[in-house]
Amino acid sequence: MSTDTTTDARDKQQTLLGADELVLNMGPQHPSTHGVLRVKLKLDGERVIGSECMIGYLHRGVEKIAEHRSYQQFAPYVDRMDYVAAVSNGLGYCEAIEKLLMVEAPPRARVIRTILTELQRIASHLLWLGTHALDIGALTPLFYCFREREEILKIFEKYCGARLTTHAFRIGGLQYEAYDTLEKDVENFCKAFEPRIKDYEDLLTQNRIWLGRTKGIGILKAEDAIAMGATGPVLRASGVKWDIRKAMPYAAYDQYKFEIPVGTTGDTYDRYLVRMEEMRQSRLICLQAIENIPAGPILAKVGKVLKPPPGEVYHSIEAPKGELGYYVISDGTVQPYRVRIRPPSFVNLQAFDQMARGHLVADVVAIIGTLDIVLGEVDR
Amino acid sequence: MADEPKEQQPSPVPAGDKPASTPAATPPSKPATGAPTGATPPKPAAPVPPKPPVQLQTPLNNELVTRVRAKFGAALVEAIEDRKQAILTVECGKLAEAAQYLRDEEKFDLLSDLTAVDWPKREKRFDVVLNLYSFVKNERLRVKARAGDGEEVPSVAGVWPTANWLEREAFDMFGIVFAGHPNLTRILLPDEWQGYPLRKDYDIIEQDTTWVKDNLGIESGQ
Repeated sequence: MSTDTTTDARDKQQTLLGADELVLNMGPQHPSTHGVLRVKLKLDGERVIGSECMIGYLHRGVEKIAEHRSYQQFAPYVDRMDYVAAVSNGLGYCEAIEKLLMVEAPPRARVIRTILTELQRIASHLLWLGTHALDIGALTPLFYCFREREEILKIFEKYCGARLTTHAFRIGGLQYEAYDTLEKDVENFCKAFEPRIKDYEDLLTQNRIWLGRTKGIGILKAEDAIAMGATGPVLRASGVKWDIRKAMPYAAYDQYKFEIPVGTTGDTYDRYLVRMEEMRQSRLICLQAIENIPAGPILAKVGKVLKPPPGEVYHSIEAPKGELGYYVISDGTVQPYRVRIRPPSFVNLQAFDQMARGHLVADVVAIIGTLDIVLGEVDR
Repeated sequence: MADEPKEQQPSPVPAGDKPASTPAATPPSKPATGAPTGATPPKPAAPVPPKPPVQLQTPLNNELVTRVRAKFGAALVEAIEDRKQAILTVECGKLAEAAQYLRDEEKFDLLSDLTAVDWPKREKRFDVVLNLYSFVKNERLRVKARAGDGEEVPSVAGVWPTANWLEREAFDMFGIVFAGHPNLTRILLPDEWQGYPLRKDYDIIEQDTTWVKDNLGIESGQ
C-alpha cells in the first residue's frame, strides 16, 4: 500500500499543522501479535517510520533449566518452545543428543520420525495460514485450516497420546511403535488434503483483497534476509534456495524426492506461496515415506543413564519456521553443561523492523503474521 | 516445571569445569553407550563408532585453517575438530576482524547463532561462540573467543546484522559486553534486572528479589 503519490501533499499539510511523530504501543495483549509480543511503533500519520520489538514476556529460562535436568528429562521441555510444532522441536533435540552420543537412530525410527515431522510441518503451516488470513480479514480459511489440522493432531494423539506437547521421540529413536493403522491414517489424510489445499488457494491466491494486502508488503531482499539471519520460508521466499533437509539431510530426508519452493520478490505474498507449496511437498514426503517403512527396532541401545563423552555438538534441523539449532556441551556427567537453542522465530523476528518501515499500521499485522513467529520460542 | 527446585541435584559446576575444547579431555572408559549392537538391528545404516576410547577432540589441519593461520598467525589460538565439526578459537580482540575475513573471503555469509558459555574456573571464564554457515560451500564452522569477566568483546553486528539481538541476549544472560554494539541492552529480561542468569554461579532458583517485589508486588516468584 504505497503512499508515495500523496507524500508531497501530506508533507505540506503536516508542516502546516505541525503534526509530530506518534509512538504507538501494540501488544503485548493484542490478538494479532500471536502471543505476548509488544511492538513500539513510531508513526508518521499512518506510516511506520521505525519500530522496536519488546520481547521476553514468555521467558522461562529453558536453557538454564536444561543445565539442571538429565538429558532425557529435558526432552519434554523443548516441546514447550514452539508449542505448535512440538514434534519438530523434539526431533532436533533428540538428534543433537544422538550426535553427542555418537549413536544413530535405527532406520525404522528415522522414517517414522520423518512422517510425523512432516505432518507437524503441515499442521504448523495450517495454523499459520488460518491465523494470518484471519488477521488480514479473511475469516473462512481459519475454520478450514483447523479442520485439517485436527486430523493431524488426531494422528499424533493416536500415536503418543498427546496432541500438542507430544514428546513423541526419545533419544536414540522412538519409545512407541507405530500403531496399526498409522500408514492408513496418514494416507487418508494425504488423499483428502490435496483438494483442500486447492480450496484454500481458491479462496486466497487470486483474491483481490488478499493480493492488495500481501503483494509488495514487507519486502525482504535476498541479501538482507541472509544478513539478518532469516531462515526457513522467510529466506526461501526471498529467493534463496536453502533447506537444511536438502543441504544437510537428517532423519530420512535423503531417501525422498521433494522440491524446495522459492519466491522471487520476498514479499508477504511470496511467503504465502512458498508455505502453500511446502505443504504440498510435505504431503508428498509423507506419501513416499508410508510406502516403505522399514522393519526393525525403533530404539538404538543408548542405556538408561546418558553420559555423553565430553565435547560439544551443533545440530540444526529445518523446523517449520526455519533453522532450529541445538548447541549442546557435555562435560561427561548426566546433565548437559550447556544447551543453547537457536530459535528460528527469534532471529526471523529481528527482520521485522526492516520489513515494516514505510508501511501502514494495518500492514504491521500482515508482517507479524507472515513472519510466523511463536512467542514461546522467541522468549524460551 | 512440575519439579520443585528443592529437589535439585547438586550443581554440576565443580565436576564439569573443564573446557570442552581441551584436546586432552579423555572420554570415560565406556564411551558410546549406545551403539546398536547385537543381532537386533538387521543392518545398521551407518558404521557404529569404534569401541576403543577415541580422542574426540582432534587438531584440525585443513586448507581453511592454513589460510586463517597465514592471515592471523598467533591470533588463531586453536583449531580442533569435535565429532567432525570444525572449531576455531581466535584471540578475543581479533574476533571482529576474523569475522569480517571469514564472511568476505571464506564466504561464511550466514551467522546461524551467537551465544556464550560460562566456565567459571577458567582464567578467562567466557566462551563467545559463533556458529557460521556458508551457502557456497555448504559447510558449518564454529568460531570461539575466550573473554574474561568484564573484558570487552568486539561486536560482530557490523559484519552480520543478525548479531544485534544475539549479542544482546548474550549480554542479558551472561553480562558479556560487546564493544561497538549499536544498542547493548537487555532483551529478554527487564531492563532493571540485576544479575546474569546463565552464569554458572547464578543459582536456578535465584532471582532479583528487589525487582520482583517492586514490580510484581510479591515476595518471591518461586
